[in-house]
Amino acid sequence: MLLLQLVISGIAQGCIYGLIALGFVLIYKGTETVSFAQGDLMMLGAFGGLVCMTLLDFPFWLSVLCAIGGMGLFGFLVERIVIRPILGQPAFSIVMLTIGIGYVARGLITMIPVIGTETHTLPVPYKDQIWKLGGLVLNVEQMVVIAVTAVLCAALYALFKYSKIGIAMQASSQNQLAAYYMGIPVKRINGLVWGLAAAVAAIAGLLLAPITFVHANMGFIGLKAFPAAVVGGFGSLPGAIVGGLVIGIVESLAGFYAPEGVKDVAAYVVVLIMLMVKPNGLFGERLRKKV
Amino acid sequence: MRFIFKTDYAQDIRLAKHGGHTFWYGLLLLCLVAAPWAIDEYWLAQLTFILIYAVAGLGLMLLAGFTGLFSIGHAAFLGVGAYTQGVFTSMGLPFPIALALAASMSAAVGVVVGLPALRLKGIYLGIATIAFGFIVEEVFARWDTVTGGNKGMHIKSPDLFGWKLESAGEFYLLCLVITVAATLGILNLLRSSTGRAFVAIRDSEISAQSMGINLAQYKTLSFAISAALAGIAGALYAHKLRFISPDQFGILHSIDLLLMVVIGGLGSVHGAFLGAVFLISAPQIIGLTKGYLPNFIGQAPGLQGLVYGLVLIAFVLFEPMGMYGRWLKVRTYLQIFPFYRKGMFKRQKSFQKSDRLR
Repeated sequence: MLLLQLVISGIAQGCIYGLIALGFVLIYKGTETVSFAQGDLMMLGAFGGLVCMTLLDFPFWLSVLCAIGGMGLFGFLVERIVIRPILGQPAFSIVMLTIGIGYVARGLITMIPVIGTETHTLPVPYKDQIWKLGGLVLNVEQMVVIAVTAVLCAALYALFKYSKIGIAMQASSQNQLAAYYMGIPVKRINGLVWGLAAAVAAIAGLLLAPITFVHANMGFIGLKAFPAAVVGGFGSLPGAIVGGLVIGIVESLAGFYAPEGVKDVAAYVVVLIMLMVKPNGLFGERLRKKV
Repeated sequence: MRFIFKTDYAQDIRLAKHGGHTFWYGLLLLCLVAAPWAIDEYWLAQLTFILIYAVAGLGLMLLAGFTGLFSIGHAAFLGVGAYTQGVFTSMGLPFPIALALAASMSAAVGVVVGLPALRLKGIYLGIATIAFGFIVEEVFARWDTVTGGNKGMHIKSPDLFGWKLESAGEFYLLCLVITVAATLGILNLLRSSTGRAFVAIRDSEISAQSMGINLAQYKTLSFAISAALAGIAGALYAHKLRFISPDQFGILHSIDLLLMVVIGGLGSVHGAFLGAVFLISAPQIIGLTKGYLPNFIGQAPGLQGLVYGLVLIAFVLFEPMGMYGRWLKVRTYLQIFPFYRKGMFKRQKSFQKSDRLR
């Protein structure tokens, strides 16, 4: 029973990692670049939700929609203003750029007079409720995380698999030049990918906020989502969630059974082992160039 | 305008290309040597930090700027050097021996990290180095019989075979000697066949391999040298601060180091120094201007991060070659005065292709 309880809390934590990792994977799949700002976008999303709920007194569903829509727009603008001018530069420039965006986002948040430097709780309707199921105690917040993650993952999977725009995104990531030749508007697609990734980050932020707190440095959890994305295989959407779950469960079990301190590095040990054994990840596609 | 008429290969690879180089670098060195007598203790300490970061920056520049392998966990090597130095000097070993041990310990760890680098490319390597950085930081915090854990560790002042360097000026000169030696070493390495091999690997692994360069060997070597330099910088850092604790060698410090080489200018030795100057002077400048800003901006804890972020974004967008690249443009403009054209330093754009296909 204890084991099951640990696994469930690991799954809930893992879903958060998975959701942030989904953002990485979206951007990687869509534009073949890696965004280090994903955790900070998540933080901005959580703050957006907080502002809507507490300062503007919107109802819960409206604040959630506002936060997600607002972040989507923000992601689109970020792509338009700073990412697009360096399209075609080495991938590392874009990595440094996203690190810069992360710094700016964190710095700006601390400059908002009242709420910036404080730690807040997000007043969600399902706060602090529990379900009792047999001997298990299920935290509703964690259940919501798991459910939303599953739905979101399915929706994104369908987008990439069946919709025209999803296939266009994959094409432009594999070869921009060929995608241009096929009449895909690569620049607009990139903008959409960033918007989508920022919206996913906002969802992750809103889900994480009731479990932890909303504060300027909450984005650092994004650093744990990298291992999740790698374990799952960087270009695979279901892989991101599975990777997140693996990391979450390993952490949760390590926190209970292993000596103190192992929990904090468990994710990184797992990712190092994964990189040595199977660098493409669990679900990574092994593509070969055809001659 | 100056034309250098080269008549043999030895002249082509000479470190000082012409009299101007000899004169200006000589003058710079003279000023640096005279600094302890000319400026007060606070600024001398800042100058010492610039030298220390420049050594670490040289290491990261070799790895990131010249071999094309990006390490986002470089502060871990700094930490390995610092702790090794701390442990051995507290056992009573003299400074040079402890420094050599710190450098070799860091290099050994660098080789271990370099091994997965042979299989990994691009972002995967970055993530492997992040993971490694976190693990090392946790080891420093938990292995408290050796490192003192989160309580930190005190470091004695350096002891050169009985000659104790107590004053800030003496320590500064020690750092200067080590920095000059490291710089000359790197410059010499870069004009040797090993350095050329590194650059070839950066520009194209496939063509480097087909020219007969053993990728595994050279990538590991690059990691080892880079880590050794970071280790030396770490040892000096430990002596300068007199106190080290695990959180000084975390991810934020690693990102600072990376920021330093990118802002300084990737792929130039000058860049390591210019970046170090930026990294040390930026907090000072921010501190000086804080008072003039409105309160909610000036007192915000994230002000420094915001400035770093904006500077980083500005450099990546407008000047990817960093501060050194900007200087090159200014110098070229002055050298060929009326003839500078706009497109002289135009960036080559290319369509991105997936690394997933190979």
